[in-house]
Amino acid sequence: MFESLTERLEMAFKHLKGESKLTEVNIASTLKDIRRALVAADVHYKIAREFTEKVKEEALGQQNRLRNVKPGQLLVKIVHEKLTELMGSDAVDIHLTGNPAIVLIAGLQGSGKTTFSAKLAKYVRDHKKKRPLLVACDVYRPAAIEQLRVLGEQIKVEVFSDEESKDPVDIARRAVEYARQKGYNVVIVDTAGRLSIDDEMMREIKSLKEALKPSETLFVVDAMTGQDAVNTAKAFNEVIDYDGVVLTKLDGDTRGGAALSIKYVVGKPLKFVSHGEKLNALDVFHPERMAQRILGMGDIVTLVEKAQAEIDEREARRLEKKIRKNQFDFNDFLAQIHQIRRMGDLKSLLSLLPGMNKVLKHIEIDDSAFKKIEAIILSMTPEERANPQILNHSRKRRIARGSGNDIHEVNQFIKQFEQMRKMMHQLSKGKGMFPLMQQFGLGKRR
Amino acid sequence: MIFKKWWGKSDKEAVEQGLQKTKEGFWGRLKRSVLGKDRVDDDMLDQIEEALIEADVGVDTTVEIIQRLEQRIARDKYISTDELHQILIDEIGSMLKDTSDQEGGVSEPPYVILIVGVNGVGKTTTIGKLAYRYIQQGKTVLMGAADTFRAAAIDQLKIWAERTGAQFYAKQMGADPAAVAYEAVQQAIKQHIDVVLIDTAGRLHNKSHLMRELAKIRKALHKAKPGAPHEVLLVLDATTGQNAFEQCKQFSEVTEVTGLVLTKLDGTAKGGVVIGLSHQFDIPIKYIGVGEQMDALKTFDKRAFLEALFSPQRADV
Repeated sequence: MFESLTERLEMAFKHLKGESKLTEVNIASTLKDIRRALVAADVHYKIAREFTEKVKEEALGQQNRLRNVKPGQLLVKIVHEKLTELMGSDAVDIHLTGNPAIVLIAGLQGSGKTTFSAKLAKYVRDHKKKRPLLVACDVYRPAAIEQLRVLGEQIKVEVFSDEESKDPVDIARRAVEYARQKGYNVVIVDTAGRLSIDDEMMREIKSLKEALKPSETLFVVDAMTGQDAVNTAKAFNEVIDYDGVVLTKLDGDTRGGAALSIKYVVGKPLKFVSHGEKLNALDVFHPERMAQRILGMGDIVTLVEKAQAEIDEREARRLEKKIRKNQFDFNDFLAQIHQIRRMGDLKSLLSLLPGMNKVLKHIEIDDSAFKKIEAIILSMTPEERANPQILNHSRKRRIARGSGNDIHEVNQFIKQFEQMRKMMHQLSKGKGMFPLMQQFGLGKRR
Repeated sequence: MIFKKWWGKSDKEAVEQGLQKTKEGFWGRLKRSVLGKDRVDDDMLDQIEEALIEADVGVDTTVEIIQRLEQRIARDKYISTDELHQILIDEIGSMLKDTSDQEGGVSEPPYVILIVGVNGVGKTTTIGKLAYRYIQQGKTVLMGAADTFRAAAIDQLKIWAERTGAQFYAKQMGADPAAVAYEAVQQAIKQHIDVVLIDTAGRLHNKSHLMRELAKIRKALHKAKPGAPHEVLLVLDATTGQNAFEQCKQFSEVTEVTGLVLTKLDGTAKGGVVIGLSHQFDIPIKYIGVGEQMDALKTFDKRAFLEALFSPQRADV
């Protein structure tokens, strides 16, 4: 996330290396770089300009008090503070009040409303212990209803729809009634994508909001949006006065400067960020962490929370014991792979570690490499999985055939596994929660 | 809220007014600012710069455009403000690659078009409109549903096939997209179809395995018919900002993009990023999407696009 912005900021700060004091003169070119970095990251140009003005005032003012701080560091600190302030100081939770609580989803075409609706349903069920119902109110786009239905099936959440009706307000009303009868306590209403200048469609979303009185209205916006983000965000806000913003497709090199612009112009909190196509790739938005991420300070808190949610403590203790006794086997390995895959894709997970942004840029991590490993392990007999040492040449040959791999690849994997086991055993005398991370050998240099 | 405290109310109002101002229109604003002046000055160039940035043209391309203007002003010595409009259109226009107008023309049909792009840009809708366009021209069209990943993508394409009267080839969800593409072309050859449109799953350009899959689809098309795909159209959403450069770069690397389609130009976004794209990657912009109706796909008109770039609202391009 925000990789390019981070890189550009880093470059901007380099200009100040070796300077002992900030002056109007030497700060000017750095601020220009920062401003360009922000615009290149799709922050609205006027907001970028005001942002750097504020940073300048603050920096020149503060340095008289903070004599021992290097100019570059001082600027990092101030930019970070200001970014955090701009993004909002605390994470704001989704409001789910009323029975059922109603959540209305709105946005432009192709912003990712339907996928987000499904992710949100899964999120409120898994993390808020709610019983969600999804409602398909996009009666225009071909197969939109079908799309939500398929996603609902995947996450096992019921989808309310009516292929016959062309009246979203009516569908939504009946869905709420249905939810009451069936005991669903959260109703998530997916709506059609619409342009902010399409008056008729904007009236429709307005009447949906008036009819449903949702406890939460979310505006979904593509993280790749450019300068127009401010126009659209404002126009939607004027019509439906939404409670929060969702940033989608925040993968890899998506810079997401639109997030900054929207927050500045409408003042509504960013509540979720969504990335990847996996239906659990949804994160609560943390302003402080996002600001740190922009500056390349990494995001350890998110990583730890992610890991905690997925890894059962007891399982972890059991595993640790096994590792200490050097009994870690292929079954355990497979279980760990599954755990990591559940957390999202490996690259986005690794990018949360400080400094990894730069490293990852040159490394291609292929999630499908997991598949190969999985295939190899699954081609082993239960006995082999539990006792790696019994693997002899003929067993390996059978495994290679069974998993569709070359014998060399099987050999290589087993060798890596042995090395890893040894290393984990040694590490277990220290701490090492993520021995796997260092040992995957999945990263290939490009 | 904290950000209000920090910026203060007046600043925020200034930005809001600023945004309002852009709605008034660039030329109106420029005319007002040049009132009483007869020569182009720095103030005017600044305004042009802002208008370009705001239209998502991007920092680098904007700088280049401004430099060209400055050179022109230096060379021609005297440029009246009336001439400025035309010069601006000329200079930017020269950065846009022209299309070689070969629409569906190939000695031995089918003419195969592969449609690629990131998620949610409007690939499937574009295919529907392209099919309508070719059918209006009296050609027969077959759509190949190689997006076997997104929920209901096949159904969505099928509805478009029914609406437009195109033939349709699909397999089940999760099928190998390259196999679908190959078989779609074979089917088209058998049925003597003129144009084949291959839909692909939206993929973020930084997912390397998905990009490799695209290369494989391309290969499969070539295998099914030498010379295919005759066109690879990269679909871009007009609301997209500078990330479009990365998209264009990555997709070009694996599929040799031959043309751009800019969708959703009926909104408030101007899609100025394509200027830099067309210039840097030497790819023409072929079509623009201006609505959800079947006929809302137009061939790219340079002049209309550039006029709209500086206009308050995109009327009808």
